[in-house]
Amino acid sequence: MRKIKQISVLSGKGGTGKTSLVAAFATLAQDPVIADCDVDAANLYLVLHPENYKEDAFVSGHSAVIDYDLCTHCGLCMTYCRFDAIDRKQEEGFPKGKITIDEINCDGCRLCSRICPEEAIIMVPEDRSRWFIGNYRNGNMVHARLAPGEENSGKLVSKVRELAKETAEEAGTDLIIIDGPPGTGCSAIASLTGTDKVLIVTEPTESGLHDLKRIAELAGKFKVERYVVINKYDLNQKMTEAIKEWCKQENIPIPALIPFDPEIVHAMVQCKSITEWAPESSVSKIIKELYEYL
Amino acid sequence: MKIAIASGKGGTGKTFVATNLFYVAAKEGRQVTLTDCDAEEPNVSVFIQGKTIEEKLVSQNLAVIDPQLCIYCGKCRDWCEYNAIVCLEEQRKIYLLDDLCHDCGACLVACPVGAITEKERRLGVITTAITKKNNVLIEARADVGVYSSVPVIKAALAKSGHPPLLLLDAPPGISCPFIATVAPADFVILVTEPTPFGLNDLSLSVQTLEQLNKPFGVVVNRDGLGDEKVYHWLEEKGIPLLMKIPFDKKIAEIYARGHLPAAEDETYKKHFVEILQKVEELCEK
Repeated sequence: MRKIKQISVLSGKGGTGKTSLVAAFATLAQDPVIADCDVDAANLYLVLHPENYKEDAFVSGHSAVIDYDLCTHCGLCMTYCRFDAIDRKQEEGFPKGKITIDEINCDGCRLCSRICPEEAIIMVPEDRSRWFIGNYRNGNMVHARLAPGEENSGKLVSKVRELAKETAEEAGTDLIIIDGPPGTGCSAIASLTGTDKVLIVTEPTESGLHDLKRIAELAGKFKVERYVVINKYDLNQKMTEAIKEWCKQENIPIPALIPFDPEIVHAMVQCKSITEWAPESSVSKIIKELYEYL
Repeated sequence: MKIAIASGKGGTGKTFVATNLFYVAAKEGRQVTLTDCDAEEPNVSVFIQGKTIEEKLVSQNLAVIDPQLCIYCGKCRDWCEYNAIVCLEEQRKIYLLDDLCHDCGACLVACPVGAITEKERRLGVITTAITKKNNVLIEARADVGVYSSVPVIKAALAKSGHPPLLLLDAPPGISCPFIATVAPADFVILVTEPTPFGLNDLSLSVQTLEQLNKPFGVVVNRDGLGDEKVYHWLEEKGIPLLMKIPFDKKIAEIYARGHLPAAEDETYKKHFVEILQKVEELCEK
């Protein structure tokens, strides 16, 4: 079987231009599979308008719910819960107080449900999140929607990655491009593991550099080949130089510097990629060269 | 009063709003604490510095399985909801995948022979600093490679206590780290930008806050850069627009240097004072 190449685009700091860049790659590539792994704030579908041909619910976890017909308010569950999710509240008709579970703090570990002597705690699946596979103008796209308030975006990212791989195998293509989330936590880790290359998109600000260092360290831990692009590099030449200097020390190549261009925002407002909206612009040319390089 | 500053989309200007609000509140002589809850990428300290008075490690318990005592029954694996335990009964092998352990304690209860104990595992650090005016800065910083920043955020919130005015710089997104941060807040300021991406993510944040029954208002950053749709949407939904921050290269430039526009420009200072007033009025309603 052919080796599928996986490139992820991450940034640490949000809003540096990951999705705009992935949208451009997605409309330059021949028949790729695109995986939108920013499941908390999935935006790529707004540009690629995929026609979904497959979708399903995703169980992100479970939450504990008390059956008050069975509960004796003994409070045993409270002593076992390590997430401060169970409380005894003063309420009329409950001489010892009423046992309640706070949905926000509940981690879904099921321990209370297992140890309850009355079997009064039920685990309810959280299944309002969904994943989708669709066709867009250049290839296939896998994306997902984390239901507001549901947990475990890392698990949903892993699901999107798994589906992207299956889709690539079925379609016989050898390239997966991943639009990653901000941060360095579970969903960023799940977007990074097992990829061949990571492109880190940063901007010439103090916070851009600070966050670049953290995400580069994370990618280093997973031994993924690292590349950096500085977006809007011309907005602060001094910071751009500082980032270049740091990348040189770390031996991370910078294959492109992208200038600030309001056309990128105009393209987004028109729901097009920059390379579709203004193919002859200098920004589009730089992005095309970057794509070829990768 | 506790105000969280949040947004679904990253990079819309949460930290920008939080740090400028902190600056104007302190300037007015108020007792204010700013807690940076964006533990995966904490940036407040880039803009506001204080004298560090305390650094506290945050750790979790991690299960340790004693292979001498283990009978390889697999019950701990079956009880672990996070798939953190691999048990091969026939080969008599058992492993814990450290990163997946949530410190719930279920395996300890499950084990029939007492083969599981716990050790501490470092997750991050909470730094407390004091500014010249005796206001407090608290930072939650998760170690790189840690899966969930939630325990670190919760520790920073506990450290913050209940000062007269507490500002919480929230992490992006709508999942657990965001929810942990907004849970104690009396009001949430959502920061967005006037683009289709900004609006899409704003609507997700709004749905989440509605489920949590939190009052909120919106600040539109980089006004003039995208389109007008977000304003129509806010009006339609009856969501208060707290402020429009114009797209201004001068502001971007001040901020990129790690400085605060409210400190360098009177107009911006006034704007941020107005946001605080509006939020306080909305909270009193």
